[in-house]
Amino acid sequence: MDIRENIANTNDAVISIRGLCKAFGSNKVLDDFNMNLQKGQSKVVLGRSGSGKSVLIKCIIGLLTPEAGAINVFGQNVLNISQEELDEIRVKIGFLFQSNALYDSMTVRENLEFPMRRHSIRLSEKEANERVVEALKNVGLEHTIDMMPSELSGGMKKRIALARTLILKPDIILYDEPTTGLDPITGREITTLIKEIQHKYQTSSIIISHDMKCVKNTADSIALLLNGKCYTEGTYSELAMSDDPNVKQFFE
Amino acid sequence: MKPDKPAKQLQAFFDEAGRIARFTGWYFRQAIRPRYEFKELIRQCFIIGYQSLGLVVLTGFIMGLVLTMQLRPTLVDYGVESQIPAMVAIAVVREIGPVITALIFAGKIGSSIGAELGSMRVTEQIDAMEVSGTNPYKYLVVTRVTAATLMLPILVLLSDTISLYGAYLGVNIKTVTSPDLFIWQVFDVLDFTDLMPAFIKTFFFGFAVGMIGCYKGYNSTKGTEGVGRSANSAVVLSSVMIFIIDLLVVQVTDIMGFN
Ligand SMILES: Nc1ncnc2c1ncn2[C@@H]1O[C@H](COP(=O)(O)OP(=O)(O)O)[C@@H](O)[C@H]1O
Ligand SMILES: [Mg+2]
Repeated sequence: MDIRENIANTNDAVISIRGLCKAFGSNKVLDDFNMNLQKGQSKVVLGRSGSGKSVLIKCIIGLLTPEAGAINVFGQNVLNISQEELDEIRVKIGFLFQSNALYDSMTVRENLEFPMRRHSIRLSEKEANERVVEALKNVGLEHTIDMMPSELSGGMKKRIALARTLILKPDIILYDEPTTGLDPITGREITTLIKEIQHKYQTSSIIISHDMKCVKNTADSIALLLNGKCYTEGTYSELAMSDDPNVKQFFE
Repeated sequence: MKPDKPAKQLQAFFDEAGRIARFTGWYFRQAIRPRYEFKELIRQCFIIGYQSLGLVVLTGFIMGLVLTMQLRPTLVDYGVESQIPAMVAIAVVREIGPVITALIFAGKIGSSIGAELGSMRVTEQIDAMEVSGTNPYKYLVVTRVTAATLMLPILVLLSDTISLYGAYLGVNIKTVTSPDLFIWQVFDVLDFTDLMPAFIKTFFFGFAVGMIGCYKGYNSTKGTEGVGRSANSAVVLSSVMIFIIDLLVVQVTDIMGFN
């Protein structure tokens, strides 16, 4: 029933994933996975460590190639397009990496400029600089502009990584465990920041998390990844009331 | 860890060799196609050259000096003391200079490339580049391998020169030889067929060090332990490769009648 509903909604889905299969050798990580992301929606993917959550969003952005299935982003199947088309789609999708992925050898400014320069987006020096400043302002770290990533704390690194994700003004943002490894207070700050960004830029997002505070605050809808499949979907309150032990374990 | 069965080890060896060959194959396909990362290439040339400069100068100097001092007693016994510059020059230019410099280069550059790319892999910086409209193989691997291939020959020329200067000082410890005479004695024995194969093989050494460092780093596994292992195995494997290339080159030049 769920699936039929999803198909009916495919029209306004910004991302629609059908029958996705991905294995590493004999390790079947994703096995007929289905999910939709609606425009403006914020969807949390919940799952145990090693269940394939990162693999899922890395397939969406084309960092991993699945064996079977379809991933439609803005109506284009990313598994079936040229490098140029893929790059165009990647401009519209921001990706916040779990380990931040800030370039060690570059300053904060150079880190933020990198996606703009490399995607050959035509901007004057002045416009580019304004964008960098705006992105840093969004995360409250304008003063770090000339620092190196190694000089920043864990929370600051996460914010800078978020600023870099925002620099191309993406329509969709994929967050890979944005609060994992941060202390509870910093985690809460990042959660607030994510909410602000969703509100300000009207982004659609997929958030991977098992920090239930973050999940509760950010999720419009939660998808549970279990044994390579989308086991169930629902709002926070729906799933929190579930009797299913597979669901319950996350809410205890 | 329990040692694997020999058959399994052999299998693993050929698997690894196959992966390295494929990784190397990409270089030739990617390097000729735009977009060319010239700016990054120049930056890498500078970094790689600069990082190894001090070590190469130091080891080159000591090599020439020590070789001279150790050859002297024997040559004096045979009454051919005047041949010292010629013998040192042949030894340094044809064999010791390129190989020792390449080994130093492998220790310094191979490990630093392996560790750098390894940490970029495990902290997802390579993935981040890819989603930012950048081909990471081109941006990181092609530039580093090309830079290593171009810089090592220059470093070897420098090392050879400094070695000969060390040898000149070594000669002058016991006797007095004018710089003119020393230079004449050196270049009297060195000709094109000595210099060319020795020079050409340094390109292969540089390529091997860059490629193996990049391969190990690029395919690093999760965790900081993986990064350390990449750096370490990059040095070991590229050092062995240097000797293998040396052996191959000497065979080829022998067949071509260069010796
Ligand atoms: N590049 C890879 N090569 C081999 N196995 C991988 C790779 N990436 C992920 N895996 C495996 O896929 C599974 C899911 O990983 P991942 O998506 O990172 O889990 P998580 O849900 O914690 O993000 C794990 O068993 C992991 O070992
Ligand atoms: Mg993960």
